[in-house]
Amino acid sequence: MSTHSHAEGHLPHEPEKATLEGRNKVLGFWLFLGGETVLFGTLFSAFLALRHQVLDGPQPNELFKLSLVAAATAILLTSSLTSVFAIQALHNHNVKALINWLIVTVVLGLGFLGLEIYEFYHYVHEGHGFTTSAFSSSFYTLVGFHGAHVAFGIFWISSIIGQLMKKGLTVVTAPKVYVAGMYWHFIDVVWVFIFTVVYLMGKVV
Amino acid sequence: MDWLTTVDHKKIGILYLIAGGFFFLVGGLEALLIRIQLWKPLNDFVSADTYNELITMHGTTMIFLAAMPMLFALMNAVVPLQIGARDVAFPFVNALGFWTFFFGAVLLNVSWFTSTGAPAAGWTAYAPLSGPAFSTGHGMDYYVLGLQIAGIGTLIGGINFLVTIINMRAPGMTFMRMPMFTWASFITSALILFAFPALAVGLAALMFDRVFDANFFDPNNGGNAVLWEHIFWIFGHPEVYILILPAFGVISEVISTFSRKRLFGYSSMVFATILIGFLGFMVWAHHMFTTGLGPVANALFSIATMLIAVPTGIKIFNWIFTMWGGSIKFTSANLYAVGFIPTFVMGGVTGVMLAAAPADFQYHDTYFVVAHFHYVIVGGLILGIFSGLHYWWPKMFGRVLNETLGKWTFWMFYIGFHLTFFIQHFLGLLGMPRRIWTYLDGLGFNEMNLISTIGAIMMGIGTIMFFLNVVITNAKPQNAADDPWEDGRTLEWTIPSPPPEYNFKQTPLVRGYDAYWKEKMDGHKGMTPAEPIGSIHMPSPSILPFTMSLGLFITGFGLMYSRDWTFITEHIGFYVAGLGLLITFGSMFLRSVYDDHGFHIEPEELEDKGVKA
Ligand code: HEM
Ligand SMILES: [Cu+2]
Repeated sequence: MSTHSHAEGHLPHEPEKATLEGRNKVLGFWLFLGGETVLFGTLFSAFLALRHQVLDGPQPNELFKLSLVAAATAILLTSSLTSVFAIQALHNHNVKALINWLIVTVVLGLGFLGLEIYEFYHYVHEGHGFTTSAFSSSFYTLVGFHGAHVAFGIFWISSIIGQLMKKGLTVVTAPKVYVAGMYWHFIDVVWVFIFTVVYLMGKVV
Repeated sequence: MDWLTTVDHKKIGILYLIAGGFFFLVGGLEALLIRIQLWKPLNDFVSADTYNELITMHGTTMIFLAAMPMLFALMNAVVPLQIGARDVAFPFVNALGFWTFFFGAVLLNVSWFTSTGAPAAGWTAYAPLSGPAFSTGHGMDYYVLGLQIAGIGTLIGGINFLVTIINMRAPGMTFMRMPMFTWASFITSALILFAFPALAVGLAALMFDRVFDANFFDPNNGGNAVLWEHIFWIFGHPEVYILILPAFGVISEVISTFSRKRLFGYSSMVFATILIGFLGFMVWAHHMFTTGLGPVANALFSIATMLIAVPTGIKIFNWIFTMWGGSIKFTSANLYAVGFIPTFVMGGVTGVMLAAAPADFQYHDTYFVVAHFHYVIVGGLILGIFSGLHYWWPKMFGRVLNETLGKWTFWMFYIGFHLTFFIQHFLGLLGMPRRIWTYLDGLGFNEMNLISTIGAIMMGIGTIMFFLNVVITNAKPQNAADDPWEDGRTLEWTIPSPPPEYNFKQTPLVRGYDAYWKEKMDGHKGMTPAEPIGSIHMPSPSILPFTMSLGLFITGFGLMYSRDWTFITEHIGFYVAGLGLLITFGSMFLRSVYDDHGFHIEPEELEDKGVKA
């Protein structure tokens, strides 16, 4: 019950689930991701309903640069892999490797975000602003919500890195790392859908 | 100060009750003003614009700011006790949920005091009426942002209850031994989890349309107004089950306690609750029969809707069979519960009538609809809440509400309710449209509207009588017994009234359904403890939930006035919004950096003293 009973150095194999608080956090986060799924599901539906309403703006197949998006996708998927390595390090109680892998993850996340900002900037110059059409509004809202999630994840994981450096790996910090990892994977999965539904389908029709 | 920083679920329950009760009065006042306007033909008591504001704010307030918080009050006060838990899973998040609801509610109601007035596009905010072209001014901005902030609170509250119920049940409390109210809260929380994010997206899109010139719902720019209806109702229909299921839970507890009988068909009750929750998501388009979705869609949604009558019918029969042959005590709580049954049945029957798509073309947007949903939400939900309040008041506050006054209140409210709404069925069938400001003389509407208004005034008097009861009761000493009804069946009745901060000195061992009743029947005085007396870990209070929500409140204001405030430079509103977000994220940062170690209550200090209220 109490979080103090596990002295450092005697960490259990899965420290994120060692306390009731930790188990609550992990379960609560799974549920939260369920809600997030509905959130993105609704955004996708709105996008699908509106994606042909381009008015005077550019068509998606004129607009999208698949090479850029593919690069962003590769970066983000790699960051999911590095976050898996981080969780492995967590289970091996290797704090150093854990911190390093988290830093790599954050850097990759920043790379993705940079590309996305560049992409948006480019689109606006092509006459595809937020207010141009229903297509553009729903595009920026869906992709932008995802981007905001990435940005939030970067801040969050950074703050966890700071805590790990200060407090090390404990039954308090472990659930935070684990949950942030879940979040990061979720963002990745959503991106795979965005890549398919927004970009690939945009190129086809 | 104590109340601003508390993370104790029992105190948060009381906060929800006070805030929800307050907004119930506000919504009631709005209802009375509406009814006064309609009491005679061609009345000009309020202007047409004010009337639109009144119906919009009445509906929104009653659903989001009165009914939901009062249910959350009961859930907070009771669920952890019923499952034998010391606390909820996330005490901090629980407090945060309350404060975001509270600040969202305040933001929404600030609109009354602004120059452009309150929102006026109806509580359903149909596009394009709610868009920037037709709803000029800031009324709808308050609606969008106020509900968005309040919705966050509801969502995290729902997650908190889900985790609490899944992870923190006392030893032996299997799912199939869980009290019905806890079950209902569980399913309601699951519905919240899957319904509220859809609303969040709808509100965000509408906000973008209004504040940033997006084109989601504006047909002139390729937007789609029917999309709003889909998004709204895919949230909105589950919402009515979010409201009614906890009321079902209350009724199950109250009826079985005061019949001194086990709930009839417990497992079928559980199953019916789950089924209703599931079907609740399948039927949203029954609100859109006249939108023009076509006969196939209408037929499917019509049938799916009627299916819900089956599990609901099961519940009704189980309640009746529970009473059958029981030794029934008509306490005030039980009067409300028994009164609930026929009223809710009527609401259900008119619901099935409305679910017949061709018939709905006739009823749509008439007072028949108004009568139907008030039978469900007032005759169902509000009676359920009153029942639950009378039932658990001693547990929450250590004082029993005055029974005589309680019964008078019940009759005043109940008769007033039927006077108000029964007759509206006929007004609707005669063709009186809903959401109209006034009506002509000589249409045959006059007498019925007058009767309806008299009924509404009686309900108002009833509500005031209830508050009188609360005040009188509050002056009494805290002397309620642990088990004041003497027939308590569930775990909350095994601990003092009001419960101590840590709820259970020792976690109880549950040996069957109706855990406490089972021990009583086996001749035991109380529960067998599942652990030795030991030191208890508690979370520490925190002001951060308050500041986080305050930050969101400021952000809401800033966004709304982003175009108007230009006195120093352009876009001051955006800076204000940024400041608000800074406060919120800053508080989140503080929370994540400073771990809450909480404190311990040692065995020597474990005397059974309750929350001060
Ligand atoms: C207690 C006494 C109440 C009275 C006298 C009352 C009266 C009214 C009246 C006269 C209307 C306007 C109908 C119209 O013009 O369309 C209305 C609408 C409504 N009421 Fe109530 N009401 C009461 C309680 C409640 C409660 C407890 C709830 C919900 C929990 C509620 C939810 C609504 C909703 C959602 C609307 C529709 C608003 C709209 O059309 O946008 N009411 N009510
Ligand atoms: Cu419905």
